[in-house]
Amino acid sequence: MSFSDYIIPVLFAGVMIYGLCTKTDVFGEFTAGVKEGLHTVYDIFPSLFCLVISVAAFRASGGAELITSLISPLLDAIGFPPECGNLMILRPFSGSGAVALYESILKTDGPDSFSGRVASVILGSSETTFYTLSVYFAAVKARKTRYALAAALLGDITCSIISAVSVRLLMN
Amino acid sequence: MMKWITAGLIILSAVFAAINGRMTDLSTAFLEECGSAVELAISLTGIICLWSGIMRVAQSSGLTGKLAKAAAPLLSRIFRGLKKNGKAMQFITLNITANILGLGNASTPFGIAAMREIEKEERSPTPELASHNMIVLTVMNTASLQLIPTTAAALRLKYGSSAPMEILPCVWITSVCALAAALAGTAVFGRISRRRQP
Repeated sequence: MSFSDYIIPVLFAGVMIYGLCTKTDVFGEFTAGVKEGLHTVYDIFPSLFCLVISVAAFRASGGAELITSLISPLLDAIGFPPECGNLMILRPFSGSGAVALYESILKTDGPDSFSGRVASVILGSSETTFYTLSVYFAAVKARKTRYALAAALLGDITCSIISAVSVRLLMN
Repeated sequence: MMKWITAGLIILSAVFAAINGRMTDLSTAFLEECGSAVELAISLTGIICLWSGIMRVAQSSGLTGKLAKAAAPLLSRIFRGLKKNGKAMQFITLNITANILGLGNASTPFGIAAMREIEKEERSPTPELASHNMIVLTVMNTASLQLIPTTAAALRLKYGSSAPMEILPCVWITSVCALAAALAGTAVFGRISRRRQP
C-alpha cells in the first residue's frame, strides 16, 4: 500500500462527508451526475470510434516502423536512440500501443540502458495527444479546432527532443 | 481537424500496408478493432459516470468552488476572460489537479465538463469554432502534468531496473519544457490567427 492508494478512497469519503455537512442532496446530485456522464459518452462516442479504428489500422499497417526506418539515419546522427523513434511516433496515437512498445524496449535493451531511459522519460512526460484532442473537442462539437493540433504537436516534438537531451546530460 | 486525422490515417494505412505487404493484417484490424472501440467506450462509460457523480456532489456542496478560489491567482493568468469563481474555472481546476495527482481516469470527465462550461460562459456566436480558452485547456491535457510517472516506474521495476524512480528529474524537466512549448504555441498561433481575421 502506498500513498497513492489513499487518494481515491479519501477523496470519495471526503466529498461525501462535506456534502452531508453542507446538507447537499448527496444521492440526488450523484445520480444526476451519472446521468450527465451517460450523455457525455453518447456525445464523444462517434469521434472516439473513428479514432480507435483509424489508429488500429495505422498500427496494423506497420506505418510507424516504416517511418522510423526512413528517419533512423537522421535520429542516429543527432544521438536520438532509433529504438525510441517508433515510440515517439506511436505515443500520440495510442496509449496501449505505446506501453506495449515501451515494454519491448525495456525487455531487449534493459530499463537502465540509454534507450530504456529515454523511452521511460518519453512515456512519463507525454499523453495520448490525438485521443485527448478528439474527445475534448467532440464534447463541445467544435469542428474547427484552429491551432490546437499545431500547438499540441509542438509540445510532443519538444518532449522527444528534451527527453534525449536531459537523459544524456543528467543520467549518463 | 478530425476529418484530416481520420482520413489521413486510413489512407496512410492502406499505402503503408501495401508497401509492407500487410494488407491481410490491415483488413483484419478494421473488422476486429471496431469491437474494441465499443469495449473501450463501455469501460469509459463506467469511469465517466463514477467521476461525474462525485464531481456533481463536490460541485453543488461548494467544495470545488473553494478549490478554484485557491487556484485562481495562477489559473486566471492562463485562462483569460473567465469568471474567477464560475463553474468553468472550477472544472478547469479539478481537471488540472487530477492530472497532477495522476488520476488520469478522472481528468477526462473533469476536462469535458470544463469544456462545456467554457462554451456556456463564452456564448460564442460561432460554436463550430473552438475558442482560445478551449484550445489552451485541451493542449494542456495533451501535455503531461503528472508528477509521478506511475506506469513507467512500475514497468521499470518489473524489468529489473536498479532505480526505477531515477528518471524523475528528467521527466519533470521534459514535462515542463513540453508544456511550456505547447502553451507558447497556443499564444503565438493564437496571435497570428487573430491578426489574420480581426
